[in-house]
Amino acid sequence: MTSATDHVGETRVAIRTGPAATLRQDAWWIAPLVTVVVLGGFVLYGLWVTFINEDYYAEPYLSPFFSPCLADNCEHQTAEVVGDWWNLSPALLILPAPLGFRLTCYYYRKAYYRAFLWSPPACAVGDVRARYAGESRFPLILQNVHRVFFYLVLPFPFILLYDGIRAFDFADGFGMGVGTLVLLVNAVLLGAYTLSCHTCRHLCGGHVDSFSKSPRRYRAWQLVSFLNERHMQIAWVSLFGVALTDLYVRLVATDVIRDLRFF
Amino acid sequence: MTPRTVTMRVWRGDASGGDLKDYQVAAEEGEVVLDVLHRLQATQANDLAVRWNCKAGKCGSCSAEVNGVPRLTCMTRMNLLPPDEPITITPLRTFPVIRDLVTDVSFNYEKAKQAPAFKPRPREPDGTHRMRQQDIDRVQEFHKCIECFLCQDVCHFIRDHDDNKAAFAGPRMFVRYAELEMHPLDTNDRRQLLQDREGLGMCNITKCCTEVCPEGIHITDNAIIPLKERVVDARYDPVLWIGRKLRRRKS
Repeated sequence: MTSATDHVGETRVAIRTGPAATLRQDAWWIAPLVTVVVLGGFVLYGLWVTFINEDYYAEPYLSPFFSPCLADNCEHQTAEVVGDWWNLSPALLILPAPLGFRLTCYYYRKAYYRAFLWSPPACAVGDVRARYAGESRFPLILQNVHRVFFYLVLPFPFILLYDGIRAFDFADGFGMGVGTLVLLVNAVLLGAYTLSCHTCRHLCGGHVDSFSKSPRRYRAWQLVSFLNERHMQIAWVSLFGVALTDLYVRLVATDVIRDLRFF
Repeated sequence: MTPRTVTMRVWRGDASGGDLKDYQVAAEEGEVVLDVLHRLQATQANDLAVRWNCKAGKCGSCSAEVNGVPRLTCMTRMNLLPPDEPITITPLRTFPVIRDLVTDVSFNYEKAKQAPAFKPRPREPDGTHRMRQQDIDRVQEFHKCIECFLCQDVCHFIRDHDDNKAAFAGPRMFVRYAELEMHPLDTNDRRQLLQDREGLGMCNITKCCTEVCPEGIHITDNAIIPLKERVVDARYDPVLWIGRKLRRRKS
C-alpha cells in the first residue's frame, strides 16, 4: 500500500523501493495475478500433456501439442522423420518452435515481465530489482531470436489446417464431427496469432519507408496491422484454443465424452 | 450544485526535502485536478509551485502523478477519482524536484540533442520533395506528441534505476527516432546508434509508456517495436544476413 513520500532525495521524490513503491490506490495487482494463474496454468497443462505422452490421438483427431507427429513412437505419425531411437515424448521434437515463438513474442514479454519477473509488476509500481539492464544483455538479449522462431513456426498453421482437413476422414468414410470443427478453428486461431505478430507486420511492410513505391506491401502491412492491433486478444484466445483442442481430443480418446458427428 | 470538499494530499518541498501535506479544498462539478490545485493555490497555499499553461491537454506542462499514476492534471476529471479518499498529488518521480510539483525535465532536452537530425535525400529534378499521404501516415501519429514526458516518467527503466539515465534515451525519444527512421525522405541510418548508445535494447516493452500517453500514441507497438525490428534486420536475422552476403558476392 501507500508508502510515505516523506522526503526528497538529492534528485527526486523518494518512494521506498520494491513492489510497495507506489502511491497507486487502484487494484493494479489483479492483471499480473490473472496472468500468473492463466499463463502458469497453461504451462503446467502443457508440461503434463507432453510428459504423460498418451491419449493425444482419437481417430481422426490429433492433438495440436503433438502435431506434426514425427517419431516412430507416435500414436499417429504425420511423417516418418525420426526413427525408433527416439523414446521420449514426440511433442518434445516440435514444441520448442511454438514455445519459443510465444516466449519471445512481444505481447507475452510484456505479460510475463510484469507478472512473473515484476519488472515492473504494473505501471508506476516499483521494480523489484536494484539494477536492471533490460534486453541489452544475456539472457534477455536472446529475445531478439523472435524473428528466427517466426520463420520456424510459419508452417505450423498449415500443418494444423492439414490435420483439420484429415479430421474429415473417419474410419467409416467422409464425415464431420465436433472435433473436426475444433481442429479447424484451432488452426485458424494459430494462423491469426502468427499473422498478427509484430515481426510479421514488420516483414510484410513495416520495414518500408515509402509505401507509395510498394503498394502491395502497403496493403499487406495494413491487413497485418489490423490484426496486430488485436494481437493481445488473439494471443490469449489462441492459447486457450490449443489447450481446449488438446483437452477435447484427450476426452474423446479416453472415452470420457463421445464425439458428436454432424454427418 | 454545492461544491464538495475534497482532501488534496499534495507533496510540498524542494530539492532539500519535503512531505505530503493535506488540504481541504472545495471542488465543483466538472472540474479537473488542475482546477482544484489552482483553488488551493489561490486560497490556502499561495506559494504552491505548479507548472501549467494551456489547460487543454495540448502543452504538456501540467504533468504530475495523481494517486500514483502519471497524468496531465488538466485532463484528470475530479469525478473519476475515488470521492471519499484523499487525492495524492506528487511531482514526476523520474526527474529531480525543483519545488513542489515542478520538476527539472532537462534530461529530455539533453537526450533530444543527441538525435541525428533529419537528413533528406536530394530533391527531384524539378526541385521538389514529393511524398504521398500513405508515406507519412505513420509518422504523423508521432507528430501528436506534446512532450508531457509522462512516458519518460513511467518508464521503470529510468524511474526505478537512476543509474540507467546516461545510457537510455527513453520512450519519448524512441518516438522521435521512429519518426525520423520511417520518414520517406530521410537518409540517415540510426539503428546502430539506437542499439549501442540510446539504449533501445534496454526497453523491455512493458507498454507503460503507451498506457499513460495522453495523446493515445501507440508508442510501443508503432514506434519502439518497429525500431527493435529494424535493429533485428541489421543484426539478428540469419535469413537477411545470408541474403546480404549473397547480394554482396554477386555485386
